[in-house]
Amino acid sequence: MARKLVVIGAGMATGRALEHLTEGQPDGWDITLFNAEPRGNYNRIMLSPVLSGEKTYAEIVTHDDAWYDQQGITCRFGERVARIDRAAKTVTAENGDVLAYDKLLFGTGSNPFIIPLPGHDLEGVIAYRDLEDTQRMMSLGPDNRVVVIGGGLLGLEAAAGMAARGVDVTVVHIMGHLMERQLDEAAGYLLRKALVEKGITVRCSANSKEILGQEGHVRALLLDDGTELPCDLLVMAVGIRPNTALANAAGIATGRGIHVDDQMITSDPDVLAVGECVEHDGALFGLVAPLYDQAKVAAQTLLGQDAAFVQRELSTKLKVTGCDLFSAGDFAEGEGREDIVFRDPARGVYRRLVIENNIVIGAVMYGDTADSNWFFGLIRDKTDIAEMRETLIFGPAYQGGTPPDPLAAVVALPRDAEICGCNGICKGQIEDAIAAGASDLGTVRATTKASGSCGTCTGLVEQVLAVTLGDAFVIPAAQSVCGCTELAHEDVRRMIKSQRLTSMPAVWQECGWKTSCGCHICRPALNFYLLADWPLEYRDDPQSRFINERKHANIQKDGTFSVVPRMWGGITTPDELRAIADAADKYAVPTVKVTGGQRIDLLGVRGEDLPDIWADLNAAGMVSGHAYAKGLRTVKTCVGTDHCRFGTQDSTGLGIKLEKELWGAWTPHKLKLAVSGCPRNCAEATCKDIGVVCVDSGYQISIGGAAGMDVRETELLVQVPTEEDAINVIKAVTQLYRENAKYLDRIYKWMGKVGFDWIRERISDDPDERAALVARFELSQSLYRKDPWAEHASQKAESYKPLANLSLEAAE
Amino acid sequence: MSTWIDIASLEDIPQRGARVVKTSRGCVAVFRTAEDEVFALNNACPHKAGPLAEGIVHGKSVTCPLHNWVISLETGTAEGEDEGSVATYPARVEDGRILLDQSFLRARAAA
Repeated sequence: MARKLVVIGAGMATGRALEHLTEGQPDGWDITLFNAEPRGNYNRIMLSPVLSGEKTYAEIVTHDDAWYDQQGITCRFGERVARIDRAAKTVTAENGDVLAYDKLLFGTGSNPFIIPLPGHDLEGVIAYRDLEDTQRMMSLGPDNRVVVIGGGLLGLEAAAGMAARGVDVTVVHIMGHLMERQLDEAAGYLLRKALVEKGITVRCSANSKEILGQEGHVRALLLDDGTELPCDLLVMAVGIRPNTALANAAGIATGRGIHVDDQMITSDPDVLAVGECVEHDGALFGLVAPLYDQAKVAAQTLLGQDAAFVQRELSTKLKVTGCDLFSAGDFAEGEGREDIVFRDPARGVYRRLVIENNIVIGAVMYGDTADSNWFFGLIRDKTDIAEMRETLIFGPAYQGGTPPDPLAAVVALPRDAEICGCNGICKGQIEDAIAAGASDLGTVRATTKASGSCGTCTGLVEQVLAVTLGDAFVIPAAQSVCGCTELAHEDVRRMIKSQRLTSMPAVWQECGWKTSCGCHICRPALNFYLLADWPLEYRDDPQSRFINERKHANIQKDGTFSVVPRMWGGITTPDELRAIADAADKYAVPTVKVTGGQRIDLLGVRGEDLPDIWADLNAAGMVSGHAYAKGLRTVKTCVGTDHCRFGTQDSTGLGIKLEKELWGAWTPHKLKLAVSGCPRNCAEATCKDIGVVCVDSGYQISIGGAAGMDVRETELLVQVPTEEDAINVIKAVTQLYRENAKYLDRIYKWMGKVGFDWIRERISDDPDERAALVARFELSQSLYRKDPWAEHASQKAESYKPLANLSLEAAE
Repeated sequence: MSTWIDIASLEDIPQRGARVVKTSRGCVAVFRTAEDEVFALNNACPHKAGPLAEGIVHGKSVTCPLHNWVISLETGTAEGEDEGSVATYPARVEDGRILLDQSFLRARAAA
């Protein structure tokens, strides 16, 4: 006689289990199938193509009514199981029907996780789980706006599907890059770029605060930075939780999911479970491959055959047309691992392999995943790759193939990429000039003006020559930034501007970086270039800064720090001096020194005391002096007309104003200013980066002085009649320096490269350009003109303390 | 026998960053890479005892803040032309928590 099997849930796992079971014993089982959704089994992972319109629902149905009929399965769709009596071996349906079973199979799946934000219960807030959700999204069109919370696999598929229907979609993701569980930063960058090209707005590192409603319906998502993202529908795709409620109520052992053994049997020998509801050996399952394995094992167990479920390596692909990505294995954690990275900026390709003991243990690929199965095979089979290590990254077809091309980044540039910013010359114009006969730098300069002004794009023009002429042109050796790249600083700055590269992974990818995350030489330079060029888009990365700028103090040889509060224009008060003296006492500061920049240095402060000493100095009205910064240091002054019998202008007052306007600004190297009240020049203004000498008729501004390893006198840039003019000229020069100089070049070095005349033309001869530079400086300062000490003391103090203190534990 | 002790949450160290753990014999620097690996090293560069925890972390290396020696986080040895090494200690991450091996830290105290 046929045994009675009750199945709870018609999902992908139970569907597959029923196939195996009915094939194995066509008449052995009397099967009843409950499903809460009012339909039978369909291929849930294909909902995304249905949403995007690439498939219809009918195409993804895996078992239709005829199939259930043929197998003699009693379908109770749209019905839930109310309870289970394991002693009597019966289930009770919602309508009160009691059914006996010999074996019970759980396939209750999972529930989408809804973040309990205020407003999560508003109408129009949905998950992405079933056909109803999909149809809800399919009903939207170009007039609608949607916010998707969650930049994982499911959220991005939902976003891309709706974007394909013309919907205005914004993805909000809490982490720094998309799909952070499957992808590294670089692949996350390429994915983001592809989605943005599809018209999707992507906001990473964004914290949702509240869902705003109007008359019970969702109106907008509010982020914790105050941004409101208006929407007609809000989709939460932040993860799933195994649905264990019914199993729990029946007294079956559960943890995060329903516990099963290798035979898919739960704590009750007559109850089995498969799919997303189970927990096996501590793991949960969301991808389809292991669910099918479980289904097969469960069927074999019911058939009385020996079978055991084994967890396998998994790989992920995203079902979004045009976003070709692949991730498999483990690309994190563990010692003794090594990276092989390959980037082809021309094709938007990124590949990274993680190797341990000559075995590939993880792979991330973007752009070209044709070889992904081969790499997955290497991971799964633990193939020894020692023999093919050198060429492994190029894939199976290239064993013994060609090395990467150092000119790839320039080859990849489109014809309309601007190479020479001064003269607005694009790559195409240079190529045309070469086609017309120009065969060296001089001719290109003469015919197009490219690299003829400031000259910083010379390296790139030479690379265009090399790419176009091949062996007929030999590039003069330029110093590359560091071992991570072939490009020089000037080339990288040009790429950042012309290709609108606004993040570090973008630069690494588009410039063909050879390492996964740069080094101590390139990262601080890139961090500066990005924040100087894209003050609004780019967020400063403390981990790419030298310790002094990361901890806003100067490290000393013994690991302690020096603390220099700002004294605006060198002016202080008895109260400030008392507060400094008190702080020196309180924190047992061993050395107190007057600096050359007219302020006081407290040397020998312990790193963990920094936030406290800052808080004390802040309380007395003092702020950071940025004595550690590649940025504005001080504006040295003499006493000027206030006291001096020779003074022509209020040099102290101007110094204070300048310092208040410029403080907090980051520059390629340190920036020191001085204002002298008369040509006797007591403030030594003519050996500063920027100096002002007051005269009766106004202010002489000169630049490019030095008084360090090199000693140089400044060159007179311009004389202006008013303080306001002087301040604007200095802001404009500072901004021009910020936008164009190589990292770690002082103004005099930069001047030597671009030429003093090039700077003067832009500042003193062209009022429009000067105004534009001032406006860009002001935009950046609106974010950076603030006290980092106050910010760190109030928000980051904990990070200055030891992670743990084990010194108090008794040592045996 | 190893005795793992729970030090802190992984999130307490920024990616490509480090923090120190105080012990009775000086500080141990605990590093977190971009890939969320953790490494524990004596917090003193073999060159002039610079505090490695304050260095820039790149790949699986750290650059000492005093004179730019590059130290491998995996082996503790100096990379490139420089020669020298610092002690490394077992460290791992479990359920988002950083664990250090107490027996090694004790051996260090006795050394």
